[in-house]
Amino acid sequence: MATATRSRPLAPRALLLNVALLVGLVASVGPLVWMVVSSVKPEGEIRQFPPTLIPDEVTWSNYTELFAQLSFPRYFLNSVVVALAVTVGSVLFSAMVGYALAKLDFPGKRTLFALVMGTLMVPGMVTFVPLFVLVANLDLINTYAALILPFLAAPFGVFLMRQFMLDVPDELLDAARVDGAGEFRTFFRIVLPQARPALATLGILTFLGSWNNFLWPLVAVQSADKYTLPVALALYSTGQNTVQYGLLVAGATVIVLPILVVFLVLQRHIVQGISTTGLK
Amino acid sequence: MAVSARRRRTGIAAWGFALPFTVLFAVFMLVPVASSLYMAFTDMRGRDLRSPWAVNFVGFDNFAEALADPKFQQAAGNTLYFVGVAMPLTLAIALLLAVLLNSGLAWFRSVFRVGFYAPVVTSIVAVAVVWRFLLQPDFGLVNSALGVVGIDGPRWLTDEVWAMPSLIVMATWRNVGYSMVILLAGLQGIPRDVYEASAIDGAGPVRQFWSVTVPLLRPTLLFCAVITGIGYLQFFEEPFVMTQGGPLGATNSVAYEIFNQFGFGNYGLSAAMSYILFVAIVILSYLQFRLLRTEK
Repeated sequence: MATATRSRPLAPRALLLNVALLVGLVASVGPLVWMVVSSVKPEGEIRQFPPTLIPDEVTWSNYTELFAQLSFPRYFLNSVVVALAVTVGSVLFSAMVGYALAKLDFPGKRTLFALVMGTLMVPGMVTFVPLFVLVANLDLINTYAALILPFLAAPFGVFLMRQFMLDVPDELLDAARVDGAGEFRTFFRIVLPQARPALATLGILTFLGSWNNFLWPLVAVQSADKYTLPVALALYSTGQNTVQYGLLVAGATVIVLPILVVFLVLQRHIVQGISTTGLK
Repeated sequence: MAVSARRRRTGIAAWGFALPFTVLFAVFMLVPVASSLYMAFTDMRGRDLRSPWAVNFVGFDNFAEALADPKFQQAAGNTLYFVGVAMPLTLAIALLLAVLLNSGLAWFRSVFRVGFYAPVVTSIVAVAVVWRFLLQPDFGLVNSALGVVGIDGPRWLTDEVWAMPSLIVMATWRNVGYSMVILLAGLQGIPRDVYEASAIDGAGPVRQFWSVTVPLLRPTLLFCAVITGIGYLQFFEEPFVMTQGGPLGATNSVAYEIFNQFGFGNYGLSAAMSYILFVAIVILSYLQFRLLRTEK
């Protein structure tokens, strides 16, 4: 009763606020909905003015062209292979070194940690030219190795994992050691299961980063059979297919939609992970 | 004796854990960081790719050349313009949305939160393509909508004046959700009774926003400003896909110029430009720490 009388004068304010949020939501999600809607329009309808909000005619022709004529299956496969390899490798290596830095003593530990922290903020823009020279001299240009290996050494992942491992109780590790478990057994049977939330957060962020990565794949790969999806789309959209908008938004949909679906499924995890780690 | 043997054993095991990362980190991070500094002071070009040691030291020539180059100057100006507008805009909208969502009056909080965050997970290349389509002057959605209310929209991406604001709006659209989520977490950390106390003192919602919310949120705002600013200083995909740096260099960015010089084979010059950008990143982070530090 009391709440009802209290909320009545607030109602116009609540309405106004929710209308404002709704406008924001339309602006935020609208372009993505428009992308999907436009991708199933025939090329003629796409150039129609004014545009149709709901397609008059639904066609898959843009997708069949992408997948039957433009090697998008190949690019998709490349993106999946690279993102999975980078995710599994960098999460595992980060967890291992993070554990060593948090819980074990070894010579060179302080130096290693200082170097990791020192490179935490070094952007890819600063290292891609020398990295290209290095990778060229290792004869790795146009290989999956070139797309994967540099991202297995991720300072941010190490930082995140070390922070998390610091909170793993020492008693748990000591108990395992007393029971005669070796260091590696302790790590894989005790530490990794404990770290599952951190592993999931880092895994999701790493996968996203790799899937959307553009500059390095653009530089490291020159033959089309190793293109990842963003590289292929960027080159098509600035090359021969500049004005084929139906085809281009279908290509964009192929990149964005799988990630959006994964995001919707895991959104609680992702959003919590972002706000607790405070980094992407 | 037993203790030292045990220590040595755990030391070896620890290095076993650290080794895979350390080797890759040394090869693919430390070597490039060190050699980018080396390259910035040499005249290395594309033809030296296979003999990176057979190059001449040229001192600060690359830096001087970059700073005296009108194209680089224009790119630097464009980058400052982009960061200077897009960063405050992103933070302001993110803060507004976070405060609205945190007010307790929002009806479908989690729907809004997910919707605002969705653009953050998208590939910049993909959404840049989509925005090029939205901004297409003759049949794009933006000009069609403007046409409904009788406005003849400009040719956004090929207009010298409108090209950069177009990229700014797109980048803001893509990045607002990230800061919003972090600011929302920060807002939830402000105790309710602080607001109640200020309400008893007669502060209205606007007054509360400026004298309670903003000061208490300072560290979170600082964090968002630094992360957003560092990302924006390196903007590259947007001009690459949407404008190729044009028209007349109006959207060329420092990052795009670095990439182009690399493409021309001017590795030394490109490395020097990278370091100038890196210094700008460090300076921006430092300035933001100074500006947003709790006032004494």
